[in-house]
Amino acid sequence: MIPAAFEYHRPKDMEGVLAVLKEHGDDARVLAGGHSLIPMMKLRMADVPHLIDLQDVETLRGICMDAGTVHIGAMVTQAEIIANDQLAQAAPIMREASLQIADPQVRYMGTVGGNVANGDPGNDMPGLMQCLDATFTLVGEEGERTVKAREFYEAAYMTARDDEEVLTSVSFAAPKGGSAYEKQKRKIGDYATAAAAVILEKSGGTCSAASIAMTNLSDTPIWSEAAGAALIGTAVDAAAIKAAVAAMLGDIDPAEDNRGPIEFKRHAAGVILSRAIARAWDRA
Amino acid sequence: MKDEVTREERVDALGGMGCKRKRVEDARFTQGKGNYVDDIKLPGMLFGDFVRSPYAHARIKSIDASAALALDGVIAVLTADDLRPLGLHWMPTLAGDKQMVLADGKVLFQGQEVAYVVAKDRYIAADAVELVEVEYEDLPVLVDPFEAMKSDVVLREDLVGEDGSLPDGAHGPRKHHNHIFTWEAGEKEATKQVIDNADVVATETMYYHRTHPCPLETCGCVASMDKVNGKLTLWGTFQAPHAIRTVVSLISGIEEHNIRVISPDIGGGFGNKVGAYPGYVCSVVASIVTGVPVKWVEDRMENLMTTAFARDYWMTGKISATKDGKITGLDCHVTADHGGFDACADPTKFPAGFMNICTGSYDIPTAYLAVDGVYTNKAPGGVSYRCSFRVTEAVYFIERMIEVLAIELDMDAAELRRINFIRKDQFPYKAALGWEYDSGDYHTAWDKALKAVDYDGLRAEQAQRVEDFKAGKTRKLMGIGLTHFTEIVGAGPVKNCDILGLGMFDSCEIRIHPTGSAIARLGTISQGQGHATTFAQILATEIGLPADSITIEEGDTDTAPYGLGTYGSRSTPVAGAATAMAGRKIRAKAQMIAAYLLEVHDDDVEFDVDRFVVKGAPEKFKTMKEIAFAAYNQAIPGIEPGLEAVSYYDPPNMTYPFGAYVCVMDIDVDTGEVDIRRFYALDDCGTRINPMIIEGQVHGGLTEALAVALGQEIAYDDMGNVKTGTLMDFFLPTAWEVPNYETDHTVTPSPHHPIGAKGVGESPHVGGVPCFSNAVNDAFRAFGLRHTHMPHDHWRIWKTANQLGLHG
Ligand SMILES: Cc1cc2nc3c(=O)[nH]c(=O)nc-3n(C[C@H](O)[C@H](O)[C@H](O)COP(=O)(O)OP(=O)(O)OC[C@H]3O[C@@H](n4cnc5c(N)ncnc54)[C@H](O)[C@@H]3O)c2cc1C
Repeated sequence: MIPAAFEYHRPKDMEGVLAVLKEHGDDARVLAGGHSLIPMMKLRMADVPHLIDLQDVETLRGICMDAGTVHIGAMVTQAEIIANDQLAQAAPIMREASLQIADPQVRYMGTVGGNVANGDPGNDMPGLMQCLDATFTLVGEEGERTVKAREFYEAAYMTARDDEEVLTSVSFAAPKGGSAYEKQKRKIGDYATAAAAVILEKSGGTCSAASIAMTNLSDTPIWSEAAGAALIGTAVDAAAIKAAVAAMLGDIDPAEDNRGPIEFKRHAAGVILSRAIARAWDRA
Repeated sequence: MKDEVTREERVDALGGMGCKRKRVEDARFTQGKGNYVDDIKLPGMLFGDFVRSPYAHARIKSIDASAALALDGVIAVLTADDLRPLGLHWMPTLAGDKQMVLADGKVLFQGQEVAYVVAKDRYIAADAVELVEVEYEDLPVLVDPFEAMKSDVVLREDLVGEDGSLPDGAHGPRKHHNHIFTWEAGEKEATKQVIDNADVVATETMYYHRTHPCPLETCGCVASMDKVNGKLTLWGTFQAPHAIRTVVSLISGIEEHNIRVISPDIGGGFGNKVGAYPGYVCSVVASIVTGVPVKWVEDRMENLMTTAFARDYWMTGKISATKDGKITGLDCHVTADHGGFDACADPTKFPAGFMNICTGSYDIPTAYLAVDGVYTNKAPGGVSYRCSFRVTEAVYFIERMIEVLAIELDMDAAELRRINFIRKDQFPYKAALGWEYDSGDYHTAWDKALKAVDYDGLRAEQAQRVEDFKAGKTRKLMGIGLTHFTEIVGAGPVKNCDILGLGMFDSCEIRIHPTGSAIARLGTISQGQGHATTFAQILATEIGLPADSITIEEGDTDTAPYGLGTYGSRSTPVAGAATAMAGRKIRAKAQMIAAYLLEVHDDDVEFDVDRFVVKGAPEKFKTMKEIAFAAYNQAIPGIEPGLEAVSYYDPPNMTYPFGAYVCVMDIDVDTGEVDIRRFYALDDCGTRINPMIIEGQVHGGLTEALAVALGQEIAYDDMGNVKTGTLMDFFLPTAWEVPNYETDHTVTPSPHHPIGAKGVGESPHVGGVPCFSNAVNDAFRAFGLRHTHMPHDHWRIWKTANQLGLHG
């Protein structure tokens, strides 16, 4: 559990970060909270000759809200998300989901940027971001560009981000209606057996908009458009929830691991989604 | 003069037996000031690290260490070829087998030690490990003991004659080249007769999965060979430092007086630190070769994958009874997976430990047990994880069999237990499989437990829940787990218990200082049990000096008397007895001194709390403090100066702690999640030395029981890869997963132990595992379940529900 030797860089600003990335290319990687990257380095599954610590880059910090849009800097920690009352009011699902990530010690270190950029199907924020229809801002040599969360994830650890780009922030419109984040895990500090992020809008007793994303049930997060569609126009009764679950099951593709075989995961996914829908609808 | 101090106040001032004395160890532990092996830093110290096999079964074609040796800071890379001239490439195991120290031509399990790198620091060592190139040729892998017993694949060529013959093993004839031993107890034919002719017979096969003790501190050592005086000092995570000294002497040829073994603070053992591991041998060799100290400390993955698994028992039982539920016979067959080497840590004559305690708390007239040990491509070990030798297996077996029999009889499982308990008046009770239970009062404990939880009320609630479930009103079932366990701890009588020929007595040596304080040294070693606290309490009561004035020291073989160490709940039953006996020797001499000082005959004084008083004249007395001083400053005719004593205690019998546990849980049949609503634990460990320490031990043991029952496992895939090598997958519960425990007790002192104490550190684990498991099984009883294997993690519970058709 000892990583291979590496060079440690700690630039003060984005120019500095980009310069090191440019100089060392594939051999360099940014370090945020380190709670995904460092274990990989210790297991020698990630070889990072040049580690660029982002913690001195001030511009990557802070949560701000303007005109109904939420902006969260990449280096904002999960603990900061939980502590921010304004954010909890604008997007309660952020606090609800963050509280189900790992444990307090990990959350003091783990960042939004690291969680969404990592590309690990077990991370909770990518699905959450897809549910919120968030936009990621990436900065590279060529300047800045944005990518929708729903288009960001390609496969496990493969994302639309170029190796020499840094994810600087996530932003999304404060959700309307009711939301819920439901997660089944084996123990505290565990990744999801199945997790569901649900946002529903209600108008006159029927569902007028729905967004549903599932976590750790495929090699990427799954935003299930069909599952949402199955609820729109319904009173979110048992039949509608059943239809949404069926639609979701058509979109996920879980793999067997120590959390259980595929059939169990599919069953758990259905239960978790039903519960999340019921809770979100209650709050809508 | 105000001698207003009452007798009660004098008792309180001692902080002796029965009081909730705070742990004296905690000041340093809670301040991060403990001194563990990895805290030891010596000048010039080098670090060792292992190249380990990625394969579970492979031949080693070549090892090329040249790139590693070329790395700056690498001192040496040892392989079996380097150890062979010293005869140290293999070492004896505690089970009468031998084990490779470094892979000798082949590897038998994933993670096996192949080469040992010695470098200037642990970072260089880790880099060098990557640079050692080993060429393997993979061989067919056997991870299933039943397959192994049929397979042509020979795991241990060293145990097969050149003509293909099978020489006997350490425990008699072997049936197959992958077979280790058959061990039997009881009456085979008579048991068969009883079972064949019984009214009712229940049969079940249960797998007690492979798991691991996983102490917070992993195993490690620092070996330091002083070439000037020829003395080897070995600090390490040793649960039995003296035994380690003897083993090191026997295998290295260094005379025993030239070896000093020190166990510093140990961060939990639970059986993991009983055995001798390749890391110790290699570090000693490396220090002898280099002449400087060498440190080796496992990381978490190495610990989980290589040193000391626990359990891995396939147990098939048959239990017979009359139609009213009186048990008539028990048959148990075990297929025991011991991995690539038989390195189980059991007393020599007991290759399956005390599995023959498997008749449990019940008066079962006829029984038979047979255990077959088998080699597979898994890590060696087979330690007693927070239990006396294989007692968790035995108790799990009988407590599950009782539940299965209750189903067969359509009887309440609490009542079935009650009518079969060994009665109070039957003790000492000779069990069918050989042991003589010293004492017990099971009915009293059982009734107290059932009353405390309102057992009848719980059953009524459960029946209602089943109705509600069937009516679609809830998706949660309710399980009531019952267990009445009897342990066998305190190994043990030298006549039948030894490890590597060393009798399992234990010892205590006491020196009273002139000013009335004392130091006592024992042959045991605390790993968190609080010995420094409780042994001082025993002595305080025995010799009348305050516990706070008594230092307890363990773990240094140059100063402590010989003992067999701490595991199997043996410290209080054996070393605790030695402590009391040594204390009584002190008292006997003190009596003579007191009589001399008081100018009366020896028989005319008697001990009273903290003093000797003249019989019938309590105002005439000498306190122990005064007596201690006199022992050093007066010439007393016929009495040597000083006040010291030593006792080596060979226990006449084991002790048999018992307990009654009840667990109530709700199970979500859709997700497989479990919510433990209540856990009630009544323990009877005889005389209670420190109720607070007992409670702490019970909480810890129950938590490890919860872990094992609900998810903690070492799982292998078909290729022999360990699937649960990190704490992400290996379940170690935190405060979050742990319920609120209710503890209770009865007191049935051991009749043969000097203070009537029995040992409690392992009881909660032994009793807890079947209790949690029975609760899970019980939840599904109304739907036709007889038995489902542990660990009861979410997906397995879900699968049980699914197979019972509960998912519609
Ligand atoms: C015990 C434990 C339990 C956990 N449980 C959960 C859980 O239940 N749910 C969950 O979601 N997570 C969990 N995590 C992961 C945790 O939330 C991580 O902190 C998070 O996934 C990564 O964030 P980080 O800031 O630590 O990133 P790092 O580990 O520093 O980085 C992760 C990866 O992202 C890259 N990266 C980081 N920041 C950026 C950036 N701004 N731009 C581009 N690339 C970047 C890094 O180069 C690296 O490849 C757990 C971690 C541990 C140790």
